[in-house]
Amino acid sequence: MDAFIVISLIKIVVVFAVLMTTLAYLQWVERKVIAHIQIRPGPYRVGPHGLLQPLADVIKLITKEDLVPPYVNKPLYLAAPFMAITMALLSISVIPFGPVIQVAGYQTAMQLTDLNIGVLFVLAVSSMGVYGIALAGWSSNNKYALLGGLRSSAQMISYELPLSLTIAAPLLISNTLSLRTLVDRQTGGIWHWNVIHGGQIVSFLIFLIAAFAETNRVPFDLPEAENELVAGFHTEYSSMKFASFFMAEYANMITVSCMAVLLFLGGWDAPWPAQYGSSLVPAAIFAFAGVVALYHGMHAARRRDAKTLPVFGIVFFIIAAVFLLPMMQSWLVPLFWFCAKTGSILFLYMWIRGTLPRFRYDQLMGFTWKFLFPVAVLNLLVTGFVVALVS
Amino acid sequence: MDVILFLIFAIIAVVCAINVVVQTHPISSAISLVGVMGSLAILYLTLGAEFLAAAQVIVYAGAVMVLFVFVIMLLNAGAETKKGQSSMALFLGGPLLVALLILLVWFVQSRYSETVHFGGFRGGSAQDVGRALFTTYLLPFEVTSILILIAILGAIVLARKEMD
Repeated sequence: MDAFIVISLIKIVVVFAVLMTTLAYLQWVERKVIAHIQIRPGPYRVGPHGLLQPLADVIKLITKEDLVPPYVNKPLYLAAPFMAITMALLSISVIPFGPVIQVAGYQTAMQLTDLNIGVLFVLAVSSMGVYGIALAGWSSNNKYALLGGLRSSAQMISYELPLSLTIAAPLLISNTLSLRTLVDRQTGGIWHWNVIHGGQIVSFLIFLIAAFAETNRVPFDLPEAENELVAGFHTEYSSMKFASFFMAEYANMITVSCMAVLLFLGGWDAPWPAQYGSSLVPAAIFAFAGVVALYHGMHAARRRDAKTLPVFGIVFFIIAAVFLLPMMQSWLVPLFWFCAKTGSILFLYMWIRGTLPRFRYDQLMGFTWKFLFPVAVLNLLVTGFVVALVS
Repeated sequence: MDVILFLIFAIIAVVCAINVVVQTHPISSAISLVGVMGSLAILYLTLGAEFLAAAQVIVYAGAVMVLFVFVIMLLNAGAETKKGQSSMALFLGGPLLVALLILLVWFVQSRYSETVHFGGFRGGSAQDVGRALFTTYLLPFEVTSILILIAILGAIVLARKEMD
């Protein structure tokens, strides 16, 4: 019992630290990706290639004046950002990152807790997240904030329907509500994943679209359309209260990407089985990155690169070597695949933000009710029929 | 442990329920109702009815109450004012409330005397609930879904009339 508590505490600290760092750097990655899509360098001044920009942003946000405007509904105004960030961080507690592993004689899962209603827990927590945004908009006593809050609650209610319906289809196939069992039933390569094996390509696409809307991202970022609503629901928020909404948005992005990977893309399962060399892929990727860095270090464009790039190359080689160690492989390789898949979906988020314009509000509502929802229902019906026929 | 959890969330539920009535602003009342539903869900969870708990949060707290809040925000309903409070309500209502509570406690004590333990209820998983819905309670389940369908159609018809 004591070992369980200690291990759980360690896991909580590790997951929290990693999640917080990812949240900060996701924003840096996003700014870089969009900058390169728009052919500009992006953050460049703070640290090499702007790598210390998130740190500078955090210091800036903490030291800013924390302003509470007059005539706001104070209890709700203060509670709203707290609610948003709590609900966003809570759902990460049931997301599994890898298989069950042995650490110093103790067996533990790479997950904070495995609920047998894990999928429902994520749905419940994310549906509670609407309150943070809706109440922030209402309690600010500002017409732009109110409009933003109204838009976002209408949008999140509407898109929750196709989202839940598409989640139901892979659940029918895997016949479980536990996220860990869900992945276990998909192991064995890409042709066992729900997106291929279950023929869930339609529901995967609907899930992605609805997930973009649930997290208020481009092209569905109507709640914070700056040319219409100043900044939407968080117009009146400053300092760390604004930062909590910002963090909640990114945490929700991570959760939704993890859910897509777990439900449709086989979780931490490699695209093809390990006996055909899939466990060598991470080492090969990092070794290749090391070679590229060394090559550019030899033919340095700037004098500084001749020193920094070989260092990066050696670091990449060390990481590649770590991936080849048999004792590390059992948990590092699944973790790599999980992060690679989640990262790809997060990259898709940024890619779309850099390339697509925003919807009009009536298009947004018409799209979900007249297209996404019927297709999701149809998909669920067909899946149900097929599952009933096969079993 | 389960007694402590029960006491905490039962007290939160009751306080929130009283708050629903006491608050003058509709939004505050609605948020208190969310609190009631959330603590009810946790009480279900301590009993071992995990599916019911999740459904309670998803459907009531996450969908129905969001719509409530949405409508209140959309109509921009202001705070209610307290007026016309009669002293009769206090004189008659107070003793009646106490009598009702005593009656309720006596009724529950005499009817359901055995105590409930943490996780004492088996059959609260999603699989069990699904099986019960589609075998034992198939007819009520289907009738309810038809009722909801009628409600949806009614809503559409009413909304149409408004538009013309």
